[in-house]
Amino acid sequence: MLDLEFMRLAFGAGIVVGLLAPAVGFFLVQRRLSLVGDGIGHVAFAGVALGYLLDLPLVLTALVVSVAGGLSIEWIRARRRTAGDQALALIFYTGIAGGVVLVSAAGALNVNLFQFLFGSILTVTRGDLAVIAALGACSLVVIALLYRPLVAVVVDEEGARVAGLPVSALNSLTVALAAVTIALSMRIVGILLIAALMVLPVIAASRIAWSMRSTILLGMGIGLGSVLAGISIAYYADLPPGGTTVLVAAAAVLVAEFWSVVRG
Amino acid sequence: MSLALRLEQVTFAYGHAPPVLRDVDLQVERGEFVAIAGPNGGGKTTLVRLVVGLEQPTSGRVELMVRKVGYLPQRTQAGIDAPLTVRELVTTGRASRTRLIGPLSGADRMSVQEAIDRVGLSTSADRRLTTLSGGQQQRAFIAKALAADPELLVLDEPTTGVDVEAQDAIAALLQRLRSELEMTILYVSHEFGAVERFVERIVLVRGGIVFDGPPAALPGVWHDPSHAHA
Repeated sequence: MLDLEFMRLAFGAGIVVGLLAPAVGFFLVQRRLSLVGDGIGHVAFAGVALGYLLDLPLVLTALVVSVAGGLSIEWIRARRRTAGDQALALIFYTGIAGGVVLVSAAGALNVNLFQFLFGSILTVTRGDLAVIAALGACSLVVIALLYRPLVAVVVDEEGARVAGLPVSALNSLTVALAAVTIALSMRIVGILLIAALMVLPVIAASRIAWSMRSTILLGMGIGLGSVLAGISIAYYADLPPGGTTVLVAAAAVLVAEFWSVVRG
Repeated sequence: MSLALRLEQVTFAYGHAPPVLRDVDLQVERGEFVAIAGPNGGGKTTLVRLVVGLEQPTSGRVELMVRKVGYLPQRTQAGIDAPLTVRELVTTGRASRTRLIGPLSGADRMSVQEAIDRVGLSTSADRRLTTLSGGQQQRAFIAKALAADPELLVLDEPTTGVDVEAQDAIAALLQRLRSELEMTILYVSHEFGAVERFVERIVLVRGGIVFDGPPAALPGVWHDPSHAHA
């Protein structure tokens, strides 16, 4: 399997995304914002469509539009004028509707959008891998450096605010990281499934972990394992890699839940 | 003694609703241990949220003369699903006193350990919070607030949901902290129990301040501070 270059590229991109998605997803899950990844994913679709319209690199336009959408969700949520789920719904539907309109305006409705919606990891190029590796590594470094204040905010947002931490900036950073993760992961699991890779490994890890730090590390391990197993199973069984990866992650949740119940 | 905080003619309303608090004047000196009491819905929590800056007054002025504030909101457990050890919880309280980027320094680790020791959880430092009793969990949250070396400690209903024995332990702990660290403490409660023995001043809040003085001078009808019909 690894004799084939497209498989080596797929595994390379998968390793980055498998580690990054749960690391970012941890902070969303703990802030009860698990569905933000889905919302930003739909906005990313509008970004892809904009790329077609302006004839620009699709990952770049998806990245810019996703970050803007993520920051909008956070801005609306933080102002408390709209409940979190309503803010999400607004961005969610605007994103997908905007995407359809933009794709139509670009005359690209016949283009195979399926690969962005559900992933097409086997078409990752060397250039894609370089971008994914560079931005993924930067995002992981940012999380490692700002781990303590990010955790302080998810544990007690008001306490952090009273203590003088830059809570709004840290929350904005979290959604910006989520947006970057989604833009990078479009090719691996697709816009509609990327949120699952941010959330499911974290849920599985929280069932078996013994501390917060171990939850993040185990989540990253489960994410990585899910992607590697998903791509391998998909290769041998001729299945779609994105869907297979998410099903492996979902199975990990069930196994962890079972383990948690048995352990008592 | 110098002042720790001052509220002048503070009125607060949520949106266009009628004011929760009206014309509140309050001064607290450094080192005082003050209980904020009153019936549910009387405005106790709103008052301390104004003090710590989580709410802004509709009119009037809130002045804080201390810089470092530890705040324990009203709740009984951490707001996250992931397992959290006592040490991890207390370390988050130290975040504001350290550089934002990078790992915790040795000195900061010692401060975290000191805060854990002060609340008597040394032997449980690496246990998960959910494996501790309600009283121990509250002591862990107090340690989190202490980790920032606060000059003012604000606790909102810290004994809610814990048994009488644990309430006594928390009250004794706060009294010790106050004498050892010369900390100013605001303690919100709708029932005092053990704490009433330690505070030197009670502020009764019911839409405004209806009593402010030593516990001994408290009118008889208010001795149950949750009295809603006084």
